[in-house]
Amino acid sequence: MISNSRRGRLLAVAAVAALALGATACQSDDKGTDTASGGGATQAAGPVTITLQTFGGGKNFGYKEAVDKWNAEHKDIQIKYDNLTDQFEQVYWPQMIQWLQSGAGAGDVVGIDEGGMGLAKAHPEWWADLGEFGLQNRKNDFAAWKWENGVTADGKLFGLGTDVGGMSLCYRRDLFEKAGLPGDREEVSKLWPTWDDFVAVGKKFQDKVKDTKFVDGTNTLYNVVLVQEAAKNGNVSYFDKDNNLIVDKNPAVKTAYDFAQKISQEGLTAKLRNFTPEWNTGMKKSQFATLGCPSWMLGAVSGDGGAGPDFKGKWDVAAVPGGGGNWGGSWLAVPKQSKHPKEAAQVLDYLTGKEAEVSVFNFAGNMPSNIQAQQDPAVQGAKNEYFNDAPVGEIFAKSASALQPVFLGVKHAQVKNAIESVVSAIDDGSVPYANGWKKLVDDAVKAAG
Amino acid sequence: MSLHVDAGQPTRAPMPPSRRRAKPRPGRSFLTWLDLKAAPYLLVSPYYILFLIFGLFPLAFTLYYSFFDYDLTGTVEWTGLGNFTALLDDAAFWRAVVNTLAMFLIATVPQILLALLLANALNKRMKFQLFVRLGVLLPLVTSVVAVAVVFTQLYGRDWGVVNWVLGWFGADPIDWKAERLPSWLAIATMVDWRWTGYNAIIFLAGMQTIPKDLYEAASIDGASRRRQFWQITVPMLRPTMIFVVLNSTIGGLTLFAEPTTFYNGNVHGGTTSQFQTVSMFIFEQGFREFDYGYASAAAWLLFLLILIGSAINFLLIRRIGGNK
Repeated sequence: MISNSRRGRLLAVAAVAALALGATACQSDDKGTDTASGGGATQAAGPVTITLQTFGGGKNFGYKEAVDKWNAEHKDIQIKYDNLTDQFEQVYWPQMIQWLQSGAGAGDVVGIDEGGMGLAKAHPEWWADLGEFGLQNRKNDFAAWKWENGVTADGKLFGLGTDVGGMSLCYRRDLFEKAGLPGDREEVSKLWPTWDDFVAVGKKFQDKVKDTKFVDGTNTLYNVVLVQEAAKNGNVSYFDKDNNLIVDKNPAVKTAYDFAQKISQEGLTAKLRNFTPEWNTGMKKSQFATLGCPSWMLGAVSGDGGAGPDFKGKWDVAAVPGGGGNWGGSWLAVPKQSKHPKEAAQVLDYLTGKEAEVSVFNFAGNMPSNIQAQQDPAVQGAKNEYFNDAPVGEIFAKSASALQPVFLGVKHAQVKNAIESVVSAIDDGSVPYANGWKKLVDDAVKAAG
Repeated sequence: MSLHVDAGQPTRAPMPPSRRRAKPRPGRSFLTWLDLKAAPYLLVSPYYILFLIFGLFPLAFTLYYSFFDYDLTGTVEWTGLGNFTALLDDAAFWRAVVNTLAMFLIATVPQILLALLLANALNKRMKFQLFVRLGVLLPLVTSVVAVAVVFTQLYGRDWGVVNWVLGWFGADPIDWKAERLPSWLAIATMVDWRWTGYNAIIFLAGMQTIPKDLYEAASIDGASRRRQFWQITVPMLRPTMIFVVLNSTIGGLTLFAEPTTFYNGNVHGGTTSQFQTVSMFIFEQGFREFDYGYASAAAWLLFLLILIGSAINFLLIRRIGGNK
């Protein structure tokens, strides 16, 4: 009894400790909220630290080399580069909006995907006026639509373009040859002038190769087809230019959905959703042979998170069926809450400048939106070693100048998120094909409401 | 047992009156007052002040905004009970409620039984007693993200260990994230892995307060070990059991971290919300769709759900060993 009471006390302490642990276990970590911008003492002798926040998988915005170069040359302004997550709609943008609303937490320079630009433009109060720092004179560096998208509803310049999403199709050369298909990129491109041809090639591939699927899943190609079709339907996708939801009226959405359903029904998909751990593993395990590739996707494939160095030379880049399309592309902006807007604008100016965008292209493959950078011989003549020396400069630059902007509504990110879930759900079987389209429309209406 | 309880009291009881009878010295009455009346309140105040700031205020604030159509990126408009009626009509909300209750049942019932048996085993004499006992707490110390990474690997559709093992028995691979019941099971195992040890320790603490003579008497009467467990340990543990069950009810109905990390940090809980819990639903509405008023209303419905769930469980547990 006596020895027991001592033990009992020890256990009581343990139990209390366990309780305390339990209570704190569900606290979320708020990594990245510290802007480390020196507490606002601008006059101090120490260097100003500019926090740069971006998103994206693999090599993401591709700023590693450009930032290192800047930091080596500018002792007074140091860039702290923070790629927060690979998921824009799910994680990055909601978090960023909370920071912008609450007035604290956002970096000094932040990346915004095209999907968030509608909302960003509708809130001029979130952003510093880049015109104040002389960036108005950058107008001729960008295509008109890229420039216009960085201007708020009341005419203030707040963002400059980083990359544009020229389109291609990445494929596994070795697996194509294994299936008795040509491996050369010119011949592969000739295999599929249209998406119907693409499906036909897929079926041939699937007959020969059993343990690898032809495409990753429904979601990636759904988005590729959507932006292609949007260009044919007045350059709108989920919202019309008055911000009304038109998911059920825009033929582009239905066409893209039908295509997604078709490849799933034909059994051509590995049932993976892009930018998930399973998708990354899928690349490393050769689970799929083709992938819709906007220029920035090359970095996602070649990066350590994606297929990685083991597959160097096995991937290649071919033309996309159905012509070009504009998927994505991002902007950089300076939140008003930044304590060093002037220095932040300088960094933003540098990162969207010719030199940095060329460096990004060489490092990660993201196609520059800066016209001078696009025309630079280093870009035009570029070959991507990882992708079997594919002439990516030629492939993407050719389409980049002809790209059409797709109008994206204020709630685009939320609607896109809801729709992508349904597009993936028909693939994993949790929504029957027969109900897929109705659910897509219903969920989109709900997300927009 | 009654001897123990009565023994202490007579000696303690006369003490305070003798103290109070001492003459209050003038000028020190304030300090005396402070000492006797105010000090206890001051001592317990930190908790209540913190509760006021981090508990009651958000609660009231949430209730207030549950009556508004409050978009975090724009408008704030009074809608009265509009959010509540819309929620009761929202299939997605009810899906989340069903998911939450189902995962709670699947996870908690075996968890409490397991914890009880584990505690009983730990209550025996053994070598390295302290280490073994504290060892069951280790899963709790592990970061939930690490747990999720491991379990996501285990339950992978194409390369997961669980499907691999099932394959030995000729079973088809299960898509753990796409099918409803498998996803619930997978998450339930995650929850159990983390929290069984924690509950076991609390049960163990409760078991240690059961007088040994009861067992000795039972042994003399020829009761088997098993009989002793069900007839002595379980009924005597009732207060602890009530605590554990209420605690698990609250934890289970507010489940968030495990299912969220199981889907790569996405609060949608699977492509069609196969395993979205009410907490995840609230988070999605509030911080993904920015419908703050709607999320607030859902939070209050969850609060009600927890009250009801706790009441039901309390009534059930009170009947355990119901010979009184």
